[in-house]
Amino acid sequence: MKKWLGFAAAVAMSFAITSASAADKLKVGFIYVGPIGDHGWSYQHEQGRLAIDAALGDQVETSYIEKVDEGPDAERAIERLARQGANLIFTTSFGFMEPTLKVAKRFPDVKFEHATGYKRADNVSTYSSRFYEGRYIIGQIAARMSKSGVAGYIGSFPIPEVVRGINSFMLGAQSVNPDFKLKIVWVNSWFDPGKEADAAKVLIGQGADIITQHTDSTAPLQIAGENGVYGFGQASDMIAFAPNSQLTAIVDDWSSYYVNRTKAALDGTWESTDTWGGINDKMVGMAPFTNMPDDVKAEAGKTTAKIISGRFHPFQGPIFKQDGTEAAKEGEIISDGELLGMNWYVKGIDDQLPQ
Amino acid sequence: MDGTQAIILTIITASTPLLLAAIGELVVERSGVLNLGVEGMMVMGAVCGFATAYTTGSPTLGIFAGIMAGIGMAFIFAFMTQTLVSNQVATGLALTLLGLGLSGLIGESFVGLPGVKLVPVSIPLLSDIPFIGRILFGQDILVYASIALVIATTYVLFKTRVGLIIRAVGDNHHSAHSLGYNVIMVRYACILFGGACAGLSGAYLSLAYTPQWIENMTAGRGWIALALVVFATWLPKRLAIGAYLFGTVWIMGLYVQAQGLGIPSQFLSSLPYLVTIIALVIISGNKTLTRVNTPACIGQSFVPDR
Repeated sequence: MKKWLGFAAAVAMSFAITSASAADKLKVGFIYVGPIGDHGWSYQHEQGRLAIDAALGDQVETSYIEKVDEGPDAERAIERLARQGANLIFTTSFGFMEPTLKVAKRFPDVKFEHATGYKRADNVSTYSSRFYEGRYIIGQIAARMSKSGVAGYIGSFPIPEVVRGINSFMLGAQSVNPDFKLKIVWVNSWFDPGKEADAAKVLIGQGADIITQHTDSTAPLQIAGENGVYGFGQASDMIAFAPNSQLTAIVDDWSSYYVNRTKAALDGTWESTDTWGGINDKMVGMAPFTNMPDDVKAEAGKTTAKIISGRFHPFQGPIFKQDGTEAAKEGEIISDGELLGMNWYVKGIDDQLPQ
Repeated sequence: MDGTQAIILTIITASTPLLLAAIGELVVERSGVLNLGVEGMMVMGAVCGFATAYTTGSPTLGIFAGIMAGIGMAFIFAFMTQTLVSNQVATGLALTLLGLGLSGLIGESFVGLPGVKLVPVSIPLLSDIPFIGRILFGQDILVYASIALVIATTYVLFKTRVGLIIRAVGDNHHSAHSLGYNVIMVRYACILFGGACAGLSGAYLSLAYTPQWIENMTAGRGWIALALVVFATWLPKRLAIGAYLFGTVWIMGLYVQAQGLGIPSQFLSSLPYLVTIIALVIISGNKTLTRVNTPACIGQSFVPDR
């Protein structure tokens, strides 16, 4: 039922996309998994689209379809954009991977960009952000700010992207407090403010005095604020929701990537690439460090600077897996390939990873 | 705050919106109308409640606006199905789609704004009683409203003449019509009541549960409420049990996860549905009674002979 409704909504929304007027302009299309009003994931992609409009508005025309379900419906939505003459299409969720490739095959002259995926083609690029860099920093802050030594982590789905974030957070926390504890709750949804709020309340009730989330709404941070514990923003700066509780936020910033790729498509230098950018590439940003003492702030700033300069990598050995086996030797860095398929917890997490 | 107390408080917050929306739909269905638009009315209640509370700074006005938005949506449904005699299932689904789309449009400029939280009442002395004080006497007004609604609905439906008429209309609209009751008007009133409850439930989400507006924030709670009504065999008391059972299992699922026992989260997420259905099927095991309680005319349109 919900799927069907989602599809109907997608169809209804697709009528609302802006239509083309000038034929000579480059047309750039976006597919969003959520509503642009989620103030999280899709919202940030929308900010990227607006950045294209602002920078190249005289040469390009952008449009989007929001609330597109991952799965077969996505193929129809992507194809619709392609048929309407889009020259460059960004599909902004992991689940759009197969649909993007399928449509790309049928439209060899259209350029596609798929976020967070790993399958490419001559006309399909992939791009993602190294959010885990930010997670290491907030892990470190969390361990400094926590009195109970326990943080609550609200996860969406146990996919490598999220598991990597949990590990990175934990490694950051352990760098400050080796006995730091993490309680993890999976809500099996990217977006359910009520359930995310419930999870936050339960975690706080169990002694967590730091709340962090890998879901898309502002609810967990807001609950943290109401209960006087600390939290972090996710995807965008959410300080307005918890002015006295947000320590910082990991901010997705797609603007420069989107503008650059659109420029490349305009001047004909576009080719299929794989981009995985971090803080250094300005694809991951940190919101101002707030509500913390100056020494913690300074330390967080230092870690950020070390990551930017490349002198430090969050997954730099020695790293041990939960079962005690060594994942990376002293000085060794876990490879991008291993990071992209990460399906194990680091030592110190007393939870079992759902398989 | 004590852990157990925190969990009980969380359970109450999680159950209240379900109960509010479901009690309204129960009355609607008792009058023989199936309104599948609960989700749509709820989400409109949420956005209008939030927008009004944010603009005026008054959660009370927000609650009122939420109720009015629910009634407005319900009126569309009532006009379509009762006056124009459209198909109830299709109209209800359309109402949900309309609500989700329209609320996104209305709420566009309210995304990302911190809301006005409905402050829980605090009865002096009583709410200071250790443990049970906060739970019994420190809730927000809508939690008490939901309980009051269950009691009032039970009373009105089964102890008053009005309730008898509503049930008569739902069980056999032709007979009720022959007895001189205005079937259409009774149904109009019930549908509007259902809309008010759904709108109130939505306002609860955006003012008390998570004081903010995010598109689609009902996240399927309207559908859960609809299912609860059926499994509670249209009895308010069972509905309350069902809603609280659902909320309890839902929160305990999260609680167990945080304990790190390694039970698959997908299983825990599906558990509330499973437990609630099984429990309500067991308590409504008496088939004859179930048949008596089922509104016989549910989903059927009524066209009076002229």
